[in-house]
Amino acid sequence: MATLGRACLILALGVCVFGVGAGIAAWRLHRRDLAASARRAVYSAAALLTIAMGVLEAAFLRNDFSFDTVASHSSTTTPLFYKAAAVWSSQEGSLLLWVWLLALWSSAVLFLTRKRMRDVTPIATAVLAGFATFFAALLVFAVSPFDVSIAPTDGSGLNPLLRHPSMMIHPPMLYSGYTLFTVPFAFAVGALVAGRVDAEWITATRRFALAAWLFLGIGIVLGARWSYAELGWGGYWAWDPVENASLLPWLTGTAFIHSIMIQEKRGMLKVWNVSLILGTGILAILGTFLVRSGILESIHAFGASTLGIPFVALIITLIAGSIALVVWRLDLLRSEHRLDSLLSREALFLFNNLAFVGLAFVIFFGTFFPLMTEALGNERSVGPPWFNRITVPLALALVGLAGLAPLIAWRRATAANLRRSVARPAAVGVTVTLVLAVTGVATDSLTALAMFGLAAFLIAGVAQEFWRGTRARRATSGEAPPLALVSLVRRNRRRYGGYTVHVGMALLFVGVAASSAFQHARDVRLRPGQTANVGGYQVRYDRPTGAIETRDDRIEKIVLGADLTVTKGDTTHHLSPSRGYYPQNAPFAPVSAMFDGEATSEVRMVAGLRRDFWSAVQPDIEANLLPAAKRYDAALREGIDNGQLKTTTTQVLAFRELLARLTQGYAKSNAAANFRIISSPLVAWIWIGGIVVFLGGLIAIWPAPGDAGRRRAGARYAARVAKELGRGERDDAQPPRDRAAAPVGL
Amino acid sequence: MGSATTRSRRAIVPPRRWVSEVDALVALIVVALLAAVVLFIAAPLRRGVAEEAEADEVGRRAELEAEKEAKYREIRDAELDHRTAKLSDEDWRAIDRQLRVEAVEILRAIDALGAPDR
Amino acid sequence: MDPARKRTTRLVVALTAAVLLAGALVYTSFSASSEARTPSELLSSAEPGKAYQLTGKVVNGSIRHDGATTLFRVRDRSGDTSVPVSYTGTVPDPFRDGREVIVTVHQRQGTFVGERDSLITKCPSKYSDKPQAQ
Repeated sequence: MATLGRACLILALGVCVFGVGAGIAAWRLHRRDLAASARRAVYSAAALLTIAMGVLEAAFLRNDFSFDTVASHSSTTTPLFYKAAAVWSSQEGSLLLWVWLLALWSSAVLFLTRKRMRDVTPIATAVLAGFATFFAALLVFAVSPFDVSIAPTDGSGLNPLLRHPSMMIHPPMLYSGYTLFTVPFAFAVGALVAGRVDAEWITATRRFALAAWLFLGIGIVLGARWSYAELGWGGYWAWDPVENASLLPWLTGTAFIHSIMIQEKRGMLKVWNVSLILGTGILAILGTFLVRSGILESIHAFGASTLGIPFVALIITLIAGSIALVVWRLDLLRSEHRLDSLLSREALFLFNNLAFVGLAFVIFFGTFFPLMTEALGNERSVGPPWFNRITVPLALALVGLAGLAPLIAWRRATAANLRRSVARPAAVGVTVTLVLAVTGVATDSLTALAMFGLAAFLIAGVAQEFWRGTRARRATSGEAPPLALVSLVRRNRRRYGGYTVHVGMALLFVGVAASSAFQHARDVRLRPGQTANVGGYQVRYDRPTGAIETRDDRIEKIVLGADLTVTKGDTTHHLSPSRGYYPQNAPFAPVSAMFDGEATSEVRMVAGLRRDFWSAVQPDIEANLLPAAKRYDAALREGIDNGQLKTTTTQVLAFRELLARLTQGYAKSNAAANFRIISSPLVAWIWIGGIVVFLGGLIAIWPAPGDAGRRRAGARYAARVAKELGRGERDDAQPPRDRAAAPVGL
Repeated sequence: MGSATTRSRRAIVPPRRWVSEVDALVALIVVALLAAVVLFIAAPLRRGVAEEAEADEVGRRAELEAEKEAKYREIRDAELDHRTAKLSDEDWRAIDRQLRVEAVEILRAIDALGAPDR
Repeated sequence: MDPARKRTTRLVVALTAAVLLAGALVYTSFSASSEARTPSELLSSAEPGKAYQLTGKVVNGSIRHDGATTLFRVRDRSGDTSVPVSYTGTVPDPFRDGREVIVTVHQRQGTFVGERDSLITKCPSKYSDKPQAQ
């Protein structure tokens, strides 16, 4: 089967190369047939890569260890769910996932635009096929997922750290985000080459940019969730280079989906928009590259990698090409309008863009600081405190702007109207700030206090918007309030979807601010029976626990844990964090070697809307357990040497017996253990905020409904404009479909 | 799990004939895929060369249609801004009038291109 | 003011602001950053109280525990020169003998004290191309 997979990759590479050539030729020669052929090349690549992906996925599911990548990332004891996800835990598998998603999304956009923008799409096809060519070539020539050798009896298994449900979805989400951003990138290049820099390419790819933004955001939040719930660290964000690398295109992408509204409406900011999306596309490739290169010190690094040079070459080409294109088309990119007033939503969007790009810039700067200073001779690096200090003011400014923007009109607002709109939300914000300050809930941290106030302002502002919109809708349609709200949102998806996203971001930032400012974290060493105090909680270490978990009669892991009783006032919780020791796959080994393999913390927490109580344990196995294990090793060796344990079966049985005795002994012992205990307020709101952002994004992205009433309203509207034209006969004629879909008022 | 184990064991010591049969099958599939892909991609080319003569005009029309969409959206947004009390009556009337004039201009430009050929 | 002059003024103001901000960024990053050092570099020149980012590998068999504090030695990636490190708090899951680590340290009385939560352990088997021989 590996041959089939490899053949599919080679064929895919072939059709992609053809797609690049045919796309360019179609543009040069103005030939529609060539453009169609190039488009079909991309479809074919998607189909071929689907087969390749299927072959690899099947190999993982059937435990075909003759595939090198299966042997090194899966094993017979790996649970089915994780076998399916293990495909993208390797360098080659994740590259295949990348190019497969790229081909799928490219096919989708090319299919949707197949009858539009005939001068732009050939180049966009060529660019998309070019990206696919690059990644397919890496898979064919550098790292193949279809390398085979003589199969070992079992694989070495998936790293236990990756055995978390969000690991199944996190990489595909991130990669979907990255690859989706190449779609607007490609269309921007196409628009520049064709000299068609009006709003059409934006209209055609807006949904893709939005989807990219949404997927990337989900990927980032899932990564944070995994870090929080799985790593024995308790944090969700560490300013790690790879985390930063995923945040960069998300930030510039956020700026882009705001500023394109201005180009759509006013024909302004054309240079800015193409530069933003070109930059975002390059940052997405850079993010993909950083994970693989190991050029920056990161926990995410894919071992030593050989892919550095091709990636650097690609990125340099992209940067140089993008700059050249923009400079070449500078005269076409001039604005059609000027800003009417600084007191308008457009102006706020400009500030929002500056803040987002500024944020992206400082994070880029901090992430690449080690590389830049190394070039100057002495490698230096900046840590999380630096990132926090720089990004917090910008984050506050962004939440403030996001709160203000919905309250201000497009084009031109008068001070009086602005005052009227802002008054109530501002009052809510100020009240919340004052209450929190006076009650002393949040006086320890001024930034947190400011964030709570701004978030309250934002949420109150959005609530007022929904309220006023519903009221206006009721006035025209006479619908009942819930129905009026629903139809208001349905008819103005982009606007109200966007507002919902703002609320989600505000909730998320409240969670971040509260949990970073008011967290109590302690590392304590306790013996059974001892108690520690963490943020007003009494934590008693009741007893150690020990167990052996087997699967299919193989030892999967040895679990050493702790039973904790947590009390505050009347409430009591029992928590049992533990640490799993995953042995190397061997039915029979020295007992002490069982603790040499990977080990992961099994975090336990009481999660609530107001507070999470989080615990992890690191048993001290060196003091008693490992010496005992060494004694058992000696006994076992003696038994084998003096002939008491002749057969393999008796050896395995004796080994199991000793291991069981070891874990039971640990459970009865008085051994000390190191605990990390965190009491963190409002963390749950980070995840809730993430979900709200996701829902808001879905609302904004969902295609407008094509219901009859709306079409009628559209026709009525078309008639109105037509009447002003003095061409009343126009609506007797069949109106073009897109004009019929033109929306009306509310 | 039982079937998976046997299958993987078969992969370790594959019987000779089984391997060659599979190889032949894979070769057949690959050739079929190649043929299918070539046919699929070449199909538009064989249909004959259709020169895109009116590329500029089509492009101009699409550009105007996009502009019109955006203008309509802007009118609608202004109306919603007015109804949610963000725009005063006079401001809204002024903006609305201007936007409608711009919309009319776009419609006129579209009409000047003649009837769409679709 | 005529529009051209207005635009020039605006451009000058914006550029000045950008230059000032960039200057502040560079200044804060240099003052907040720590130098990356290997163990042998650290041994030859380490000033007490200054923060360094130590990178290297954990010496086999050097890990000891003293209460909640972990004591270990870090050696050059290729070489035997090593420095003692004491780190208080929970160590990351993949931390063990031979692993590549990055930790921010201050020199204090002959030993290097790690900053809380600054210890990063690279996990070689997580994404490596070849299975790790243990």
